Amino acid sequence: MIRSHVLICGGTGCTSSGSPALKTALEKELAAKGLTEEIKIVMTGCFGLCALGPVMIVYPDGTFYSMVTPEDIPEIVEEHLLKGRPVERLEYHEQAAEDHHVVNSLSETMFYKKQKRVALRNCGVINPEDINEYIATDGYQALAKALTEMTPDEVIQTVLDSGLRGRGGGGFPTGLKWKFACANRGQVKKYVACNADEGDPGAFMDRSILEGDPHAVIEAMALAAYAIGADEGYVYVRAEYPIAIHRLQIAIDQAKEMGLLGENIFGTGFNFDLKIRFGAGAFVCGEETALMTSIEGNRGEPRPRPPFPAVKGLFGQPTILNNVETYANIPQIILNGAKWFADMGTEKSKGTKVFALGGKITNTGLVEVPMGTTLREIIEEIGGGIPNGKKFKAAQTGGPSGGCIPAHLIDTPIDYDNLLAIGSMMGSGGLIVMDEDTCMVDIARFFLEFTVDESCGKCTPCRVGTRRLLEILNKIIEGKGEMEDLDRMEELCNYIKSASLCGLGQTAPNPVISTLRYFKDEYIAHIVDKTCPAGVCKSLLKFTIDADKCIGCGLCAKNCPADAIARTTYIAPGHKLASFAIDSSKCVKCGACLDSCKKIKAISKK
Amino acid sequence: MKAMSIAELTALRDKMKDRVAMREGSGQIRVVVGMATCGIAAGARPVLSAFVEKVGEAGLGDRVIVSQTGCIGICQYEPVVEIFEDGKEKVTYVKMDAAKAAEVVEKHLKGGVVVDAYTIGQNK
Ligand SMILES: Cc1cc2nc3c(=O)[nH]c(=O)nc-3n(C[C@H](O)[C@H](O)[C@H](O)COP(=O)(O)O)c2cc1C
Repeated sequence: MIRSHVLICGGTGCTSSGSPALKTALEKELAAKGLTEEIKIVMTGCFGLCALGPVMIVYPDGTFYSMVTPEDIPEIVEEHLLKGRPVERLEYHEQAAEDHHVVNSLSETMFYKKQKRVALRNCGVINPEDINEYIATDGYQALAKALTEMTPDEVIQTVLDSGLRGRGGGGFPTGLKWKFACANRGQVKKYVACNADEGDPGAFMDRSILEGDPHAVIEAMALAAYAIGADEGYVYVRAEYPIAIHRLQIAIDQAKEMGLLGENIFGTGFNFDLKIRFGAGAFVCGEETALMTSIEGNRGEPRPRPPFPAVKGLFGQPTILNNVETYANIPQIILNGAKWFADMGTEKSKGTKVFALGGKITNTGLVEVPMGTTLREIIEEIGGGIPNGKKFKAAQTGGPSGGCIPAHLIDTPIDYDNLLAIGSMMGSGGLIVMDEDTCMVDIARFFLEFTVDESCGKCTPCRVGTRRLLEILNKIIEGKGEMEDLDRMEELCNYIKSASLCGLGQTAPNPVISTLRYFKDEYIAHIVDKTCPAGVCKSLLKFTIDADKCIGCGLCAKNCPADAIARTTYIAPGHKLASFAIDSSKCVKCGACLDSCKKIKAISKK
Repeated sequence: MKAMSIAELTALRDKMKDRVAMREGSGQIRVVVGMATCGIAAGARPVLSAFVEKVGEAGLGDRVIVSQTGCIGICQYEPVVEIFEDGKEKVTYVKMDAAKAAEVVEKHLKGGVVVDAYTIGQNK
């Protein structure tokens, strides 16, 4: 008889920080102590607190352990599982709390308190490789309800009324999309597709859902198929997500085994079959027309719309495509009703949104909050603030298509429309926090380099335009910029935006536009003063030695790879040895001298 | 491949609910067994196992959580079991064994009647 469950995170983050080894060690220790029959090990999806991995929860008491190593396991088994005394040393200590008090249960942490888990409700709770655990949490009940108690039109109306909008970036009302595709049910072949390409750098919401609760996506796709009259579906997952693919395949197989996928589901005559297709790692393949072209076996390039996929999609047939997170909300909406969902969030953005928190933030990880939560709440309360006492400078949302939110807008409630109004966008949910040491010109270049690399080359504004834009940015970063470049960039941005074929090009200039809007002074500092205020852009940095502070030890000269540092004849008052100086014409700005002078601090970069 | 019926799905859900209920902390009754060295020496392990087993058999898994704790501080009365229920006073059973545990599950947890004979008040 099982008396305790030990949940170990099997998400990608914790897997790479060593959770499989924990499982092995725990299995061994439980066997040695004869506890195998009493204590059950459950590998789950992502808990969200990836920075503290590998993480582990012991139920029924809910004790939350972080950064556990296999060496800790015997102690946990002996003390906690056998004697009932949690190992305090390994319990999670809240970073934000002043007294660093021990938090016994996960739900008590600041990190979780402000969250509202809908799309992630099962992540970190159930074993994603066991369909029974999904069924235990009301899994497939929504499908049962829809197939027996609701007409397809009622399903669509419920999704419409819930106010759910696409979580993949565009924010298009999901119910409306389904409605556009619902004509001629049963007379034409239709498809439903799931976008799990997740191309934004730093984003891992969709991966975590597929890894932690794959059946939710399967059930939702079956619901979508029922609503529009399709009988076949494809999940397009990027091949770089091996764990997600593995679990999704297991889930599909188990659902088929139980007759929850396949023919005549619940004996209602409804058929639905689901297949996985791998993406090959091109950002543009996340764009809907390119994605479908790729599923068809062709080179993943976008095509002009209209015709929209709802009219002419996969294999020329009406198709709906939704994002993983969009789907993960659907079964809950069908079960709990449209109003339940519409009661969460803001006027025009209902429900919750999952964000992948990254960058300069204490709690790197996955969070789900109601729409309308402010950036401040996410960063300071849930995220635990910015490490090392640094100051918040900006947050980047929407990845390469998005923009920056500067510090003075930190109290903006986050929803689709507010973000657009301040020149950013929701995007898929990547949220990168930047502190005072981040150069905004450099950030703009980072994202633009990404889009230049990922442009498929089909249309000129995107292929050539983004490259020219990058060249101007590089010029500024190298200290060769002129003020006219700012106008040139702005003009070019507008051309690229309005003339590109697909969303990739249409949004590619956004990182430049938004940094120009909020951080123009930094561009001007690079151009006019030839300095990088954040001290990031190498070409503009100058390393200098304060001759009066230098004690003449020569460590910097020894460490300089370019022989750019030599002793001078100047002996500072009170010092015995002559000081050193840097020849800036030889300096390669590697920073080795700075590191070697950490004690005396005579060297500075500016 | 056989098609599952909705009745079968719901039956399966109800059967499996216990498996995850423990993780949701949804139990209204908490049975806490003192499992420090003194408790274990006095025979707390069979008591814990008996509770887990009998609660499961009685189908109380979604309402009752069986958990352990360290030293409760009354070593001479070990094995000690405390039962917490929302809105009710804590009940402390002392000098427990597996048979008494089974009786407590049957009468107290299932029937709602405290087994006075084993409480600390009666054994002082
Ligand atoms: C360049 C580009 C990349 C995209 N990448 C993704 C992606 O990785 N995942 C995703 O869900 N949507 C992505 N989209 C948005 C999709 O085209 C589409 O709008 C979305 O999958 C629709 O689903 P939704 O309505 O549920 O959001 C991308 C769009 C563009 C233009």
